Amino acid sequence: MNIIVCIKQVPNTTDVRIDPVTNTLIRDGVESVINPFDAYAIEEAVRLKERCGGKVTVLTMGPPQAENALREAISLGCDEAVLVSDRKFAGSDTWATSYTLAAAIRKIGDYDIILCGKQASDGDTAQVGPGISAHLDIPQVTYVKKIEEISAEKAAVERMTEEGYDVVETPLPCLLTVVKEINTPRMPSLKGLMRAKSAKPFKWTADDIEADPAALGLDGSPTRVIKIFTPVQRKGGEILKGDTGDISKELAELLKDMVI
Amino acid sequence: MASITILLDKCTGCMLCVKACPFGAIHMANKKAVIDMAKCTLCGACVEACKFSAIEIRRDAGPKKDLTAYKDIWVFCEQKKGAIQSISFELLGEGRKLADKLGVKLCAVILGSGIDDAAAELASRGADKIYMVDHPALKSYQDDPYTEVLVRLAEEYKPEAILCGATTIGRSLVSRVAIKIDAGLTADCTELDIDLKERLLLQTRPAFGGNIMATIVTPNHRPQMATVRHKVMKEAEIDATRKAEVIKKTYPGEVFNSRTKLLNIVEEIGETVNLSEADIIISGGRGMGKEGFALVNELAKVLGGAVGASRSAVDADWIPYSHQVGQTGKTVVPKLYIACGISGQIQHLIGMQSSKVIVAINKDPDAPIFKIATYGIVGDATEILPALTRAFRLVLNK
Repeated sequence: MNIIVCIKQVPNTTDVRIDPVTNTLIRDGVESVINPFDAYAIEEAVRLKERCGGKVTVLTMGPPQAENALREAISLGCDEAVLVSDRKFAGSDTWATSYTLAAAIRKIGDYDIILCGKQASDGDTAQVGPGISAHLDIPQVTYVKKIEEISAEKAAVERMTEEGYDVVETPLPCLLTVVKEINTPRMPSLKGLMRAKSAKPFKWTADDIEADPAALGLDGSPTRVIKIFTPVQRKGGEILKGDTGDISKELAELLKDMVI
Repeated sequence: MASITILLDKCTGCMLCVKACPFGAIHMANKKAVIDMAKCTLCGACVEACKFSAIEIRRDAGPKKDLTAYKDIWVFCEQKKGAIQSISFELLGEGRKLADKLGVKLCAVILGSGIDDAAAELASRGADKIYMVDHPALKSYQDDPYTEVLVRLAEEYKPEAILCGATTIGRSLVSRVAIKIDAGLTADCTELDIDLKERLLLQTRPAFGGNIMATIVTPNHRPQMATVRHKVMKEAEIDATRKAEVIKKTYPGEVFNSRTKLLNIVEEIGETVNLSEADIIISGGRGMGKEGFALVNELAKVLGGAVGASRSAVDADWIPYSHQVGQTGKTVVPKLYIACGISGQIQHLIGMQSSKVIVAINKDPDAPIFKIATYGIVGDATEILPALTRAFRLVLNK
């Protein structure tokens, strides 16, 4: 089974802080990490390989330093890595990003299943996974929390919903986006770390993936960011003090109108 | 190819752009700004921040398209088991304002099976026109037929904008539709407005876990598509006297084909209130302990609220993942959020900091949760919750 897992390098959220004076994002010393949801996609891809045999190819689009994320994925059990990187991709929105990744996946060629995290922690759109499957015109199941059964032709998976979950059967090849509940990611193995060190990710440009230049980057993106601002930061309010019984009554009175 | 340039004769070295760049891509050299092209994403934050018009972004916009054929605001109305979901009413409320500003019609789109009754309900919520596609294959959501039908409707009737809930279904559906019809799509908006001069939908959304806000437009593609966060917009008022034009569309059978098959729909027992739709959420964290969650449930029952949890409580298996609030769980915007024994790691705050009123109960007076709480109580949540539940019972006469 040939498995492709798409990942993104994102700033570590725990490091993102707002400068209280200038009210802007402090990026100095912010570490880049694999998007938290993608860690579950990587783990599920490796588990599928262990279950069904085959190969896991990890794919990312990003600046040259995104290679670090690919090496980390290899240390976790991925076999091959592809970095698509080109100045022409700068300014891509989710339309252009999914177009670019779909073009790279076509070049990788033979695949049975594509796994993505449900969304990235910096953009939070959850649009790129479904976008890739739309560009490739393959079926998708989003918010997958369990792969119940899988064979060479089809898979039965559980899709998380607001009320519970749906059991969905999909033919392969297909694209799945996964949520945290699907597994517990492993730590890198010593062998994996050695492999990551010597691994040579493929590096592809816009020309390599035979992409239409008009569909790339800022030019290929229907949406435009016209303004970025920091929201008003929420301030701490009142700390209620006193005997447990008294402050409970006080709080219940304060919130009375909201709970009736 | 698009490009960004610093106009050296205009740059004063004031460093405003350095501060504005969300990607840390600008530094100063010889008192002039320099952009690290490997980091720059051409987001334009620096262009806006520069007071001296010293930064220029050039793009190859391509030929200007004729967009005049596109009009009306559409709301994709989600139904489950025939019941229209509350997010749809919120979107109709907001859509009404946008349609009035533009002087166009507000249209509701509903897909389902045996959904005739929906027409009167959607009309009462302000829709001028209702596009209805009724077919057994549309009874429950499936990506393929829903995508195909919405694509066909949009291509035939050409809406100016399509709004959809940022729900599981909404995000899965319109992400596919936007690719197929070459439309711009903005995720998880918390504010919408109209630029009347350019006839553009101004879509504002949080990014970086709510640390920054971005306003996004779709200048040269139609329709302009947006998913909208739950509980942010106000529901449209009901006016039963309102009437709407109903357009029932039928399509040939192959339009409803689905490659995927829905084998089963499982509703989890115990989850009485949908977390993302709840007005009141009581959440428990590490400080509650396994047994302490009974106290959280008890208060939730008294207040008619939903039960949430922090990641550590979920990871300890005290409560299922579907209850997790935060970065790797759900984002919620209730009117009241009571955090019990939750310290307030940034990953948790991301998921609930937009709640209207936040109450924090925690032993540690320095816990970060108190920095955003409307009301705080310093103490052991397992001791305070029973007293609080009693106090609410009295107030509510329960």
